[in-house]
Amino acid sequence: MELERHEYDVVVVGAGGAGLRAAIEAHENGARVAVVCKSLLGKAHTVMAEGGIAAAMANLYPEDNWRVHFRDTMRGGKMLNHWRMAQLHAQEAPDRVRELEDWGALFDRTPDGLISQRDFGGHRYARLAHVGDRTGLELIRTLQQRTVALGIDVYMECTVTRLLTGPVQADGAGGGTEITGAFGYWRESGRFVAWQAPSVVLATGGIGKSYKVTSNSWEYTGDGHSLAMQAGATLVNMEFVQFHPTGMVWPPSVRGILVTESVRGDGGILKNSAGNRFMFDYIPDFFRKETAETEAEADRWYDDMKNNRRPPELLPRDEVARAINSEVKAGRGSPHGGVFLDIASRRSPEYIRKRLPSMYHQFKELAEVDITAEPMEVGPTCHYVMGGVEVDPDNAAARVPGLFAAGEVAGGMHGSNRLGGNSLSDLLVFGRRAGLAAAEHALRRIGHVSLDDDALADAGRAALAPFEREGGENPYTVQHDLQQTMHDLVGIIRTAPEMEQALERIAALKERVANLSVEGHRQYNPGWHLALDLPHMLIVSECIARAALERQESRGGHTRDDFPASDAEWARTNLICTPTADGGVAVRHQPLPQMPPELAEIFEETA
Amino acid sequence: MTYDATFRVWRGDATGGDLQTFTVAVNEGEVVLDIIHRLRATQAGDLAVRWNCKAGKCGSCSAEINGRPRLMCLTRMSTFGEGETVTVTPLRTFPVIRDLVTDVSYNYDKAAQIPAFTPRAREKDGTHRMQQVDVERSQEFRKCIECFLCQDTCHVIRDHEENKAVFAGPRFLIRLAELDMHPLDVVDRKDAAQDEFGLGYCNITKCCSEVCPEGIHLTDNGIIPLKERVVDRKYDPLTWLGSRIGRRPKD
Repeated sequence: MELERHEYDVVVVGAGGAGLRAAIEAHENGARVAVVCKSLLGKAHTVMAEGGIAAAMANLYPEDNWRVHFRDTMRGGKMLNHWRMAQLHAQEAPDRVRELEDWGALFDRTPDGLISQRDFGGHRYARLAHVGDRTGLELIRTLQQRTVALGIDVYMECTVTRLLTGPVQADGAGGGTEITGAFGYWRESGRFVAWQAPSVVLATGGIGKSYKVTSNSWEYTGDGHSLAMQAGATLVNMEFVQFHPTGMVWPPSVRGILVTESVRGDGGILKNSAGNRFMFDYIPDFFRKETAETEAEADRWYDDMKNNRRPPELLPRDEVARAINSEVKAGRGSPHGGVFLDIASRRSPEYIRKRLPSMYHQFKELAEVDITAEPMEVGPTCHYVMGGVEVDPDNAAARVPGLFAAGEVAGGMHGSNRLGGNSLSDLLVFGRRAGLAAAEHALRRIGHVSLDDDALADAGRAALAPFEREGGENPYTVQHDLQQTMHDLVGIIRTAPEMEQALERIAALKERVANLSVEGHRQYNPGWHLALDLPHMLIVSECIARAALERQESRGGHTRDDFPASDAEWARTNLICTPTADGGVAVRHQPLPQMPPELAEIFEETA
Repeated sequence: MTYDATFRVWRGDATGGDLQTFTVAVNEGEVVLDIIHRLRATQAGDLAVRWNCKAGKCGSCSAEINGRPRLMCLTRMSTFGEGETVTVTPLRTFPVIRDLVTDVSYNYDKAAQIPAFTPRAREKDGTHRMQQVDVERSQEFRKCIECFLCQDTCHVIRDHEENKAVFAGPRFLIRLAELDMHPLDVVDRKDAAQDEFGLGYCNITKCCSEVCPEGIHLTDNGIIPLKERVVDRKYDPLTWLGSRIGRRPKD
């Protein structure tokens, strides 16, 4: 088998915010680093993030600090977050934002010349550092340019299909495996490549492409989740999938594309077909004390946050998505099955174009809608998976020596629901921690890891299998059927019979995937690439469906029609997914980590 | 609402290829990228194409549509008549890898050659203070999504492979302008702009500004001001005199 081989200390899989931040940190700590990414550098999904980076910098509200941010994050996640991750995240985010400026980022400014911060759902104070509504682009470009300036090796358009492991060096017969590298192919040529490295950082993002309506791109096929499981790591919180309340709904070809929460943060409101501002009817008791009761109070809040409470449009995303879903189901939706998001009647055209330039552009170009003159039609879209690789909060280590995970592929930080703006800060905080720990692990280790020839040959055979089969099914058809299954049966509102049906269908899809065949040859062949992504998508979908079936309550991004209330016992429980010998998924219960009293006190403080 | 369109798509690789004709369904509201995806899912499973966000934010799906450099995700089918044949070809300025995918490594090589951003020290309180009006000039260029349509259309390199070694293209001239106008940056890249990145090759025909999907005024706001500053440096008599005096030995 023809195979290109490389040796590094740290291999980072994924070149979004978390991957690049990890690579920079590992490099600066003396490691030889490679970044491997499926697209060209600078195209990762981070580029789609619009609103901003949440960090309690207190540039606009001196009252803001990490304790308030920590509290907001935990409450947004309905207290299921790993407290230590939420703590580190809130404490370190401001420094991570400030260092971006030293690498060239240009955030919008306050009148004092500091980094401006904007309002977002679930955040008590205006907290999101931003650049108009293209913050993700600024983040990715800044990290990309820093990566290039440091001379880090980047393997672009290169897909990792296997993590490689070997017996743990130190304890010999004691058993257990550790990371030895990764195997993949160049998309351009289809040729194989292997990286020998004692540390691998997974920064592969999410799983949204398993759903029919999603804001995610083709890359979001759950590779990292699946690779981690195959290597012996565990996944946590997989039942929690975030449906962003505002995706485009019309025209059909753009259905699911994100409409930033900044529209609401900057004054936009949600209305149903009767013209009612319906979010006032959906304020849950959990957030009642901090949410405005009247439209007048809500409108005053934008200028005077101290003496008024937040508009209900800025409740956490799970609440808003469920409310929109209910309005549409009750027959009060917009013509194309969404609701109306109106900023045109509330802010001047100049303000809208200045604050939301890319939204203005997106609706103008894709839907022929002028958002300064008419309302948008929006509805929920699969956006983010809270679940991911179970990691040590301090060093992002998975349960396999040498494996680390950061960003969307890691689990725990966001509990059952992520607040807007907390993703970009998550990437930076835990990307840095993962890179640091990966470098330390590699440099501490004595001797070289070695790659097993049989494992390499097996990985090569598996990758080429779709070419060997003739007359099998087209991968696009199978992907379409999986997306429909997850959309219909494991979506925003879930029931046991539907999820059981989903699991049956996933089992059938697995058999179909085993018999796929692809046309053409190995050079830049998207059909082949999809055929290799599909097993990842299926295993991740099975994790979501099994964990969702197991959790008999409703919480955050997991709503059960048959168990509509949240439950005190479930509030203390995480679900952990592990692979079974027959290629399936097992789910077990694990107690939630106990928050220390000094942090628990924060929730006693006045709201 | 739905009609059958005629699409001609270039298929081939570095050794050659040709336009293939397809008849394919088009639905209301669709863009060219939707049609390419439908071709791939139903008629040409191995049709090579780059794309990511499908919302004009990542700059991956660049191609030439009826000869014009465009993002496929932002080109609505409603801009064509139902009887009109739509021809999609790869970016001409870069070598073809396969079908609509080209080798854009030229751009990544040029990016790596630009002297890196180097900031002044932070203020005593640990912040960088900048006014909005001062950051906005560079922010315009940082909107760039690196679709490389400006590089594709630029006549300096479009049919002149030999110029690629000495000319960085509009995308990187505005990167130089961005750094030059960056309130925090302390490195002087004016000589490099002229000598290493070929600023002088640009004769401001503004084709790059015309194709920019982000509406960046590359020529007016970036390249022309950069040219003016370079000219000031090179030909202004006082600057010239200053530079001579500065070179006198200190002892």
